[in-house]
Amino acid sequence: MDQFAVKVFVRLRPSVLDPAGEATKSASIKLGAEGIKSLRIGKMIEVKIEGNGENEVREKIDLLCDRLFANTVIEDYEYSLKKL
Amino acid sequence: MNNFTVGVVVFPGSNCDRDVSWALEGCLDIRTKYLWHESSDLSDIDALVLPGGFSYGDYLRCGAIARFSPLINALDEFVKSGRRVLGICNGFQILTESGFLPGALIANRNLNFICDDVELDIVSSKGGWFNEGVEKQTIKLPIAHGEGRYHCDSDTLKKLVDNELIALRYKNNPNGSSFDIAGITNEKGNVLGLMPHPERACDETIGGTDGLFTLKSLILK
Repeated sequence: MDQFAVKVFVRLRPSVLDPAGEATKSASIKLGAEGIKSLRIGKMIEVKIEGNGENEVREKIDLLCDRLFANTVIEDYEYSLKKL
Repeated sequence: MNNFTVGVVVFPGSNCDRDVSWALEGCLDIRTKYLWHESSDLSDIDALVLPGGFSYGDYLRCGAIARFSPLINALDEFVKSGRRVLGICNGFQILTESGFLPGALIANRNLNFICDDVELDIVSSKGGWFNEGVEKQTIKLPIAHGEGRYHCDSDTLKKLVDNELIALRYKNNPNGSSFDIAGITNEKGNVLGLMPHPERACDETIGGTDGLFTLKSLILK
């Protein structure tokens, strides 16, 4: 069995308004930061998982992302995977 | 109808389960039974309420974890049998997360947790959840939510409109919901999800009785 470290990024779809991102953008500007064109907040989920090779692990992560980590009505996801 | 029993589902973090039970038993004389979310035996249950609250602390997304409970797994058969399911607030979020109703509920546009009475237009009488036979096209119910902004894509919205699945719309949209949507039904009409709390509007002494009919309609066939 191989062990992998997976980082999953879940983001609101571009078409979905992100009020928390807007509020943070507004605070960033008040802090004096210049040039911020857009600021959106997502989630990062770290998973350590074992399986027989990368393909099998990708299948498991795809299922987790699609069914649990993200709600694909409002969110997109992507992930990176590193063999430990 | 004396044996008619409404199951009130209790998740860790539900906090309107007792209010729903009080409204059904105390105001309407309808028998209720609390169902812990790990139960999957719905054989003696005639209708179900998924009450408001913060199931699983709203972790990940509202309703996302509750969706995997044994009770929600048993819901598919229950819904197919034609029995009625009412999802209130967090219950509505659970119904969208689990795919019984389309769309999703996300953070309010202004990020506020909104606790208020709102006026609602009854849009569709599908399922008979609001149609009292008496002309009352607008009702007033309390809302209490931080993540009640209904969102769906344009195809889904078209389907909701074309099939008369939009049950309630806000008169003055408080949270940024698409198309002012406050509540929707499934195509058959036996599943209703709504953000407002009918169980908090069942007695004049607490501000109104506009929620009574929706709870009473649980006993409709």
